[in-house]
Amino acid sequence: MADVALPALDVEEAALAHGPARRALAAMWRFARRKPLGFAGVAVVIVMVLTAVLAPVVAPYDPLATDYGAMFAPPDARHWLGTDSFGRDVLSRIIFGSRTALLVGFGASVVGATAGLIIGTASGYFGGRIDMIVQRILDVFLSFPLIVLALAVVAILGTGTFKVILAILVPMVPRAARVCRATALSVRESPYVDAARACGYGHVRIILRHMVPNVIPPYLIVLTAFLGQAILLEASLSYLGLGVQEPTPAWGLMLQGGAAEYAESAPWIPIFPGLAISLAVFAFNLFGDSLRDALDPKLRTL
Amino acid sequence: MRRYLVRRFLMMFPTLFGVALFIFVLIRLLPGDIVQLRMAGEGGFVSEEAMQQERQRLGLDRSIGRQFVDWMKGLTRLDLGLSMWTGRPVTYEIGIRFQLSLQIAIMATLIAIALALPLGTIAALYQDRWPDYAVRVFSIAGLAMPSFWLGILILLGFLIAFHWTPPMVYVPFWVDPWGNLSQLIWPALATGYRYSAVATRMTRSAVLEVLREDYIRTARAKGIRRKLILTRHALKNAMLPVVTVIGLEFAFLIGGLVVTEQVFNLNGLGKLFVDAVTQYDYTMVQGLVLLVAFVFILSNFVVDLLYAWLDPRIRYR
Amino acid sequence: MVPTSTVTRVSVLLVALLLALPVRAPAEETPVRGGELDFVVPAAGFPSMDAHREETYAVIHPLRPFYSLLIKVDPKNPSDPTAFVGDVAESWTKSADGLTYTFKLRKNVKFHDGNPLTSRDVKASFDKIIFPPEGVVSDRKAMFFMVKSVEAPDPTTVVFRLKFATEAFIPALANPYNWIYEADILARDIHWYETHVMGSGPFKFKEYVAGSHVSGVRNPDYFMPGLPYLDGFRAIFIKQEAPQLAAIRGGRAMINFRAFPPKAVEDLRAAMGDKLAVQESPWNCGLYLAPNHKAKPFDDPRVRRALSLALDRWEGSKALSRVAIVKTVGGLVFPGSPLAASQAELQTIAGYGTDIKAARTEARRLLREAGVPDGFSFKLHNRAVEQPYKAVGIWLIDQWRQIGLNVEHWVEPTAPFFATLRNGNFQVTMDFNCQAVVNPVLDISKFLSNDRSASNYAQYQDRTLDGLYDEIVHETDQGKLKSDLRRFEKRVLDEQAHYIMTLWWNRIVPYNARLHGWKISPSHYLNQDLANVWLAPE
Repeated sequence: MADVALPALDVEEAALAHGPARRALAAMWRFARRKPLGFAGVAVVIVMVLTAVLAPVVAPYDPLATDYGAMFAPPDARHWLGTDSFGRDVLSRIIFGSRTALLVGFGASVVGATAGLIIGTASGYFGGRIDMIVQRILDVFLSFPLIVLALAVVAILGTGTFKVILAILVPMVPRAARVCRATALSVRESPYVDAARACGYGHVRIILRHMVPNVIPPYLIVLTAFLGQAILLEASLSYLGLGVQEPTPAWGLMLQGGAAEYAESAPWIPIFPGLAISLAVFAFNLFGDSLRDALDPKLRTL
Repeated sequence: MRRYLVRRFLMMFPTLFGVALFIFVLIRLLPGDIVQLRMAGEGGFVSEEAMQQERQRLGLDRSIGRQFVDWMKGLTRLDLGLSMWTGRPVTYEIGIRFQLSLQIAIMATLIAIALALPLGTIAALYQDRWPDYAVRVFSIAGLAMPSFWLGILILLGFLIAFHWTPPMVYVPFWVDPWGNLSQLIWPALATGYRYSAVATRMTRSAVLEVLREDYIRTARAKGIRRKLILTRHALKNAMLPVVTVIGLEFAFLIGGLVVTEQVFNLNGLGKLFVDAVTQYDYTMVQGLVLLVAFVFILSNFVVDLLYAWLDPRIRYR
Repeated sequence: MVPTSTVTRVSVLLVALLLALPVRAPAEETPVRGGELDFVVPAAGFPSMDAHREETYAVIHPLRPFYSLLIKVDPKNPSDPTAFVGDVAESWTKSADGLTYTFKLRKNVKFHDGNPLTSRDVKASFDKIIFPPEGVVSDRKAMFFMVKSVEAPDPTTVVFRLKFATEAFIPALANPYNWIYEADILARDIHWYETHVMGSGPFKFKEYVAGSHVSGVRNPDYFMPGLPYLDGFRAIFIKQEAPQLAAIRGGRAMINFRAFPPKAVEDLRAAMGDKLAVQESPWNCGLYLAPNHKAKPFDDPRVRRALSLALDRWEGSKALSRVAIVKTVGGLVFPGSPLAASQAELQTIAGYGTDIKAARTEARRLLREAGVPDGFSFKLHNRAVEQPYKAVGIWLIDQWRQIGLNVEHWVEPTAPFFATLRNGNFQVTMDFNCQAVVNPVLDISKFLSNDRSASNYAQYQDRTLDGLYDEIVHETDQGKLKSDLRRFEKRVLDEQAHYIMTLWWNRIVPYNARLHGWKISPSHYLNQDLANVWLAPE
């Protein structure tokens, strides 16, 4: 991607807000009012988070309990979304699966985007040789398609929820760093950073106190965009048998292991988890889009 | 300008070298062993001695440094070595799959363009009214649905409705156009939809941005017809970022259809990559990743060239 | 339901019946010539084309039709583990002391390049398998440890001289990987066959597109008159199960010779009706658990026994055989072999009884005695392959929960799975043993002490067991052989519980009913030269 300079924050907006937290809150309130689609997205996300937290209360069955007497049961009053090839309740597995999805989604995107934020901001702040070297390293990572890098990492680390999170966040770091650096470059030239430098503050302090808060908007945009991508990546890895492992309930995993094979006679097995994935990613994208429109309408390429 | 381009071109090589070094080390961190996998993957009676012999034959008994230097030497002659799994040249194995991957990438791109340009423009023109919402819901759904899941649903639909399934063996388009298309159109649709979603969103915001520019406002104020504004001014100027995103997605499609190819049983580069990783075929993974990275870096370079050429406002750093 | 002994006796009878007749006994019909067979090979591809060094059906299914063997299982009765017929051999004799086997070759056998196949070629091929030169890998070298030499006294005679008489020789010879190669080609380049095909089988090699398919055409000069029936075939590689099934369902392929899980077969039947035929057979693949003798508390035989006692094999067989490719309850010897344990003999082994409640009480007692606390947690190491590994893994975890064990499922893809097996960093692992020709004497060598068996992943040394095995190898009397095998089995599965048997695999092959002349066998490696296969007109 070309190094197109990104504009600094709206002066007006910067003047309005005093701290990063309040500024973010204000921005969120703005988009909630103005963007109905974004609002719908937020609503779905909230429902999802509640479901995940309250899973043991909401789920009608133990997601791990096998019932060889009720294998491939179609949806009915007992099992609303039917059962899978081990007689496990699909609804309960989807409900518990939201925990895995959120854990992977938030885990990978928050850690990945934050690591990118720090690397990108520092690289932009220091500039010169350091920036040059960091950029070349990031270029190397950016030359791999997301899934290819994640696949290679998971092949090395092995499978399991936390290893999968790691595999997904690794390719996200350079992408976040790239975006954050672009903003950091323009922030670096601003008067208050100059002023901070003139005061003789240390690099760490300047980066964390003066640079990072200004890079927060693109950081948030990147983070929300990654949320959906992380869930999709987890599903892809699981479909290849390299993601979260049985018997952990996870949406991607529910599409694997018999789901597609038996789709004709038991379509509920692949359809409902697929819908859950789509709905979750859909909601995260709506949410992210609106956040982006509110924070920075020019940052489009993610 | 010229200096920038030369520098930008030369910059490709350290990146490629970095990719080569990175994947070379990465693949050797995999736990397990290709020889063990090849010879005892199904049970059976293989002696340790026989496996040691095989390691020697594949050159895996040499030091890592030595293996890397040998690989680099080969690369300077554009020789990627032999696949450790099949014993055939890596370039030959890649060549077989490249055609199919390229065709799907082209078809998906065409589908994406055909959907994205009209939809994105409409959404921009009716911003925050119902056509905009409809287009955005359609495109975000495209981003949200796993392509492979969409593929599963497509295949399932055909099986249930027509007892039909696409051909399993690839035939080149010029040999049997019908057979070729009836196999490849479905995966192209499944991936093209996601791809079109990306391109639609880009088209929308690009057109929006251009519509806000002063000269369009001027044109409107002058009373030039809406349609004319659109075709003469807005669309033309909005094309640059759209072309960019299409170029980059295209590069991604060449090697990134990892899961969709599994669902449709396509003999493409994505499947080759998964197979090579699961089979611990070091040389194949190295060669393939290098190729995919090269395509990606090259298309980045071309996009940069385009920018530099078309948009003099770009700052060169 | 807890089966009574009558029920179990009936089920033994049923197994015996199943072995005797395939589910769908193909009627004797007049074969029709012509047509091309498309079939699924459920794999990504083969490592090399040289069967002498490989051990996957991904080599056998697409390439076996291009080659001949010296002897093979009887294609008319491939389920019989003792019925062998000559392939390029016309007949053979065994000397009275059992040390010399003399084979007479057919005179009309030609390689596809027109050269005649003589004893030189047979000797060169078996020399490559049994005495591979430096740098040549032979997967089945260990199988022929009894062979002293191979000789070719005249063009139509091959003589095998053995070091000692053993029952294990002829089944080893009939192994479907022992393809006959051309001596002159091997002399020129012994690695040539890794990337090329030149055989004398019923089909001639046409093309190989890596990752996609292998195709072959009829060999008009095939030595069996009138065979093969097919004009040609195409073996299509499809790794994922969903497209495999779709291929058969949508008529893109007729058969996957390996197997499909029972539920998939049910679905195919529902969708295709009488256009689908099905054959079923017990499978010469055992699914085992290897408790790591070097990891506490699995060094304690009481703990290992408890793990085995917790398994309700009889009920498990019923439940699992509906969703997984396992079914038969058996000991170490393949239940279809005449050397296998009888029902009564099986019942004397820990965990094979019919009173599961009593067995689980005993298991809990043993665990307590060994000092294993209730709710003890360990990891079950498993292979990231759905059938049958993960399916059975999920079942096992549930079974052990019922004796108060809290087991975590640790799943690894094939390569790291094997790496872990070898480096021994696990507590209990899934393990398996898949063999071609039923040859119990060789098949059980897996369970010898770990300095004698490379695939003993439980990592024990048991000299008593090794001594017993040496007697078994040299035993030629069937009755004594049987009782020796029982002692071996009892020691491995019961007294020491070195290994834990779960269930034997079960092979179900659904296929397009137009396909005829193919009979199922206990191994997906066997009976795959396609010479007798034919297609009924549409």
